[in-house]
Amino acid sequence: MAQNENGSADVVPTTAPTGAVVGTAVVPADTFENPGLPPHRPRIVDLDPKKKQRAARFVVALFWVSVAGSIAAVFAYMFFPIESGNVEDVRNNTLFVGLAIALSLLAIGIAAVHWGKAVMDDKEGVDYRHPVRGTEETRARALEVFKEANEESGFSRRTLIRGGLIASLVAFPLPAIALFRGLAPMDVDPNDLLKHTMWKKGLRLTQDPTGNPIKASDVTIGSAYQIIPEGLVDLPEHEMLDEKAKAAVLLVRLKPEDLTWSSEERKSWSYDGIVAYSKICTHVGCPVALYEQQTHNLLCPCHQSQFDIANECAVIFGPAARPLPQLPITVDSEGYLVAMSDFTEPVGPSFWERSTS
Amino acid sequence: MIRNPRKSGRRSPLASASLLLVGLLATGGAYVAFTATTASANVDMSSPETIENGQKLFAANCATCHGQQAQGTDAGPSLIGVGAASVDFQVGSGRMPMQANSPQAPTKPVQFTEEQTAELAAYVASLAPGPAIPSESELVGGNVAEGGELFRINCAMCHNVAGAGGALTEGKYAPALTESSAKHIYEAMVTGPQNMPAFNDLNLTPEDKKNVIAYIQYHQETQSAGGLELGSLGPVSEGLFLWVFGLGGIVALTVWITAKSN
Repeated sequence: MAQNENGSADVVPTTAPTGAVVGTAVVPADTFENPGLPPHRPRIVDLDPKKKQRAARFVVALFWVSVAGSIAAVFAYMFFPIESGNVEDVRNNTLFVGLAIALSLLAIGIAAVHWGKAVMDDKEGVDYRHPVRGTEETRARALEVFKEANEESGFSRRTLIRGGLIASLVAFPLPAIALFRGLAPMDVDPNDLLKHTMWKKGLRLTQDPTGNPIKASDVTIGSAYQIIPEGLVDLPEHEMLDEKAKAAVLLVRLKPEDLTWSSEERKSWSYDGIVAYSKICTHVGCPVALYEQQTHNLLCPCHQSQFDIANECAVIFGPAARPLPQLPITVDSEGYLVAMSDFTEPVGPSFWERSTS
Repeated sequence: MIRNPRKSGRRSPLASASLLLVGLLATGGAYVAFTATTASANVDMSSPETIENGQKLFAANCATCHGQQAQGTDAGPSLIGVGAASVDFQVGSGRMPMQANSPQAPTKPVQFTEEQTAELAAYVASLAPGPAIPSESELVGGNVAEGGELFRINCAMCHNVAGAGGALTEGKYAPALTESSAKHIYEAMVTGPQNMPAFNDLNLTPEDKKNVIAYIQYHQETQSAGGLELGSLGPVSEGLFLWVFGLGGIVALTVWITAKSN
């Protein structure tokens, strides 16, 4: 019989309770019978010493397979060099070194498990749970220890010290708040960054990646242009990427009669069926550019939001909350497409300070 | 076993084998000659005879949906002004004639010979000016690196960065470009088949188009450096593979470890 830590024998019920449980008025008729332990079934290796011998040899062999795998990994590293720089060579090196190391580790694991299952003695034992609750004596003593500690340290009595301790602990995380606040853009209002893009009145629409301006006559019906603002390509790379992430625009041309507008002012943001919409999804900001020229649908590849270009980019499916913001465009005196202003609302996903309108 | 009486007869035992060989050679030779003639079918696109033949083919095969004068019906768009390139792409890649009116026009075995395709293209091109079938010089000699940048900006969102294709809305999809010929890629860019936007020469210059073709062909020819591609579909197919085989292996190992030895 197993012994618990207190030295007393565990109580192991040898038969199931009869069903009369204190506190229950109804005696269940189909009480679950404790089936006890399954009968001991000797393994084949216990019955046949030859088989046991074979299992032991198998374990030994596996350990040596592991040794061979480790050595093979070293050789694979030597015989599949990566100095040529070819990706195929790097792939072969990684593949064969990896396979050999996997073999050596796997063989150790399988050998250890097989050793435990087939070669080690097969004895069944049961450790019963013991009560978690300590004895009354232990519990009373623990309480005493707390009281003594309080008495000796004066934690309750010396309120000034206690107050000082609490104050110092509360104050300790304050530097972290100040330091993390410092990670925000320093000399600009982060709100401003989210609400404004590089677009402004008179800025030409140019092609990604060349930066060439586009004439309205270049945009035939059914074509799609990936647009960046004029001058973006001249910015330093980091700044260029920051600005591109907000200012990217998709320019398409539809038949003017296919477009529906909520107001004349909104209609004036387009030019003879040419419309420009922000490519930044209003859901979580993926670039939306899967344009179907016959259905006029725009699909976001990340979460399948769909926008209808013919109807002010209204959301027709998916998790996006708002239509894609439209960039008001017109043409300048030379016939090039230019922006009439910045976007009239923040592009991209929602943020706390974004007004809901 | 009884001997086959034929083998001891008049004919040599090798007669049937040699007959078979002659037959195979004749069929193969005829096939090679036939395909060689169609491959070099040089049709004069502007001759009235070609256009007339094309019109007959059109009336028999296309007019049901596109109308007798190619003016379009409820079932199919007008083909006036789409150009020879559009016909060569749609018919030459087996997309047209469409099997059923569905959101997507899938590729299937090509229904017309190259000569017939050229005649159809000549007829449609004769209706109104439109993009012409590109010549060989417009397809070769592109820069792979520049093509890659253009492809990632203009094409990869639908066709996948490796050209493996991808899903669009309501059953439509952007087809894989793994088998597409240079000519068909060029024609697709110029004409914007089905829901693909068109890329005219001001959007992607002829030089840009060459570069894009070079990039797609580079992908078609280059072996994947990362080993098994699993369709180049990224996390979808790779995740599924790991779920099934990776986790399956772990489950099998766990069952083996906890099972009692025999």
